[in-house]
Amino acid sequence: MDKVIIANNLSLSYSNDETIINKANFSINSGSFIFITGASGSGKSTLLKSLYGALKPKEGSLIVGGVELRGVSGSKLNFLRRHIGIVFQDYKLVKEWTIEKNIMLPLIINGYEKSITQNQVESLLKHVRLKHQAGKYPMELSGGEQQRVAMARALSHNPILILADEPTGNLDDYSSQLIWNLLEGANTQLKTTVIVVTHHIPEAMGVAYKHFHIEFGSIHEVN
Amino acid sequence: MKSIKNHLSLVIALLSILFSIQIFTIVDRSVTAYKDNLATNYSLVVVSNSVLSDKAIVEADERINAMMELSPDDVIQRLNTGMSSKNMELLKHTLPKFYKVKLKHYPSPGEIDSVTKKLLSNKTVSKVENFSQSHDTTYKLLLLFKNVVSLFAVSIFVITTLLIFKELRIWQFKHSERMSIMALFGAPTWLRSAVLFRLAIVDALITSAVAFGLFAYMSSSEWVLKQFQDIGIHIVLFDPLYDFAMLAGVAMFLSILLATLIVLGHKEEV
Repeated sequence: MDKVIIANNLSLSYSNDETIINKANFSINSGSFIFITGASGSGKSTLLKSLYGALKPKEGSLIVGGVELRGVSGSKLNFLRRHIGIVFQDYKLVKEWTIEKNIMLPLIINGYEKSITQNQVESLLKHVRLKHQAGKYPMELSGGEQQRVAMARALSHNPILILADEPTGNLDDYSSQLIWNLLEGANTQLKTTVIVVTHHIPEAMGVAYKHFHIEFGSIHEVN
Repeated sequence: MKSIKNHLSLVIALLSILFSIQIFTIVDRSVTAYKDNLATNYSLVVVSNSVLSDKAIVEADERINAMMELSPDDVIQRLNTGMSSKNMELLKHTLPKFYKVKLKHYPSPGEIDSVTKKLLSNKTVSKVENFSQSHDTTYKLLLLFKNVVSLFAVSIFVITTLLIFKELRIWQFKHSERMSIMALFGAPTWLRSAVLFRLAIVDALITSAVAFGLFAYMSSSEWVLKQFQDIGIHIVLFDPLYDFAMLAGVAMFLSILLATLIVLGHKEEV
C-alpha cells in the first residue's frame, strides 16, 4: 500500500530551545483513518501543522504526498497544499466572504471551471445542511455551522489527505455527528486519508482506524 | 457604506499628494512664465567708444540673445540749444555708442555679473549698466514665492506619505488573515494578493478621475483665471493629457507600491 506520509527521525520545535516532537518515526498508508491523541501541549497540533508545511522539520525527514517538507520551496508547498483539505478548530473562514465563496476557495485555487465549482458547492452545502444559508457571512452562523462550512471547504476539491485539528471541539451533538459522518464518508467512499487530532475518539466509529498517541515528544501507535 | 469607507481613506491620501504635485507644477509654470515676461522687458545697456559688431557681442556669452543700437537722437535733441547743424553733426560723432543687449532668459544675479564681466572684457566697451539693484529685488521675491510654495507642497507630500504608511498598516491587518487562509490552501502569491492589487488599482483610478475633475474645473474657473490675468501670467493650469498622465502615473505607482509592501511584509501564521 502507498505511504502518504513518511517521517524519519522527525524533530519539531517552534524555536531552537524546546523540542516538541523528538526523533519520531512513523508512516501512514494512503486511504487510512488516523486519530492522534495526547494531553494538552503534547504536540498534537504541532505535528498537524508540520504535515501541511506551516512548521518545517527541525531535524529528520518528513515526506507528505511525495513532497519532502524539510527545506521545501514555496511553489512545491503550494502544490502539496492544493491536494490537502484542512479543518481547523477555529474554522479559519474568510470573514468578508459568503460561506458559498469560502467553500469555493480550494476550487478557485485549483483552477476548476465555474460550472463544476458551482455544482460542487451546491452539493456540499446540501451535505452539510446549509443550502439555505449560502449567501450568509461566517459571523452570521453558529460555531457548529461555521465548522460545517470549514468541513465542506476541506472536502470541496477531493483532496488526497484531510487534516482535522479538533474538528468537533465545543460543537453541539448534531454538528459533531455530521462532521464525523462526512469524514467517514470521505474515507470510505473517496479513499481519502484522514488524520484527526482529538482529545476523545468517538465511541461509535463506522470505519477502521489507527490511533497514534503523543507523549513526552514521542509518537507511538496504540493497539 | 463599508466598501466606500474602504476606498475613501486611500483615495483622500492619494488625492492630497496629487494636489500638492499639481500645485507645485502650477507655481513652477507661473514662475517660469513670469520670468519670461521679465526677460522680455529686461536688458543691459552697453556703452562703447566705437561701433560694436552684433556677432562679437552675441558670441561673447551664450545667454545673450540680441543686441540693438540705441539712437543718440533723443540725447542730441535735448542738447539742441541753438547749435548749428554742423556742430550738431560733430557732437553726434563724438558721443559714445549706446547698445541695448537682450538676454535669452531672465538671469540670476550671478548670471548678470558673469555677462557683465564678459561684455567688459571687450576692449571697446567702456561701461555696462545692468540695473542690478532693481533686478535683485524682483528676482529674490520670485525665489521666495517659489520656495514658500515648494515648502508647502513638500510638507503636504510628507504628511500624506505618513498617512499612506498608516493606511498600509491597516491594510496589512485587514488582509493578512485572508491571505494566510488562502496560503493554507496552496494559493500562489499572485492569487493571494490579487484582491489587494485590484483594490489598489481601483483606488488609483478613482483618485485620478477625481483629480482630473477637480483640476479641469479649476483650470476653467473664471475666478482662478482672473487671478492669473491680474498678474499678467498666461499659463496652462492643467494639461488634460500631460498633467493627467503624470498624476494618474503617480497615483498608480504609489498604490501599487503600497500593495507590494503589504505582500512583501506578509508573514504566514504558524
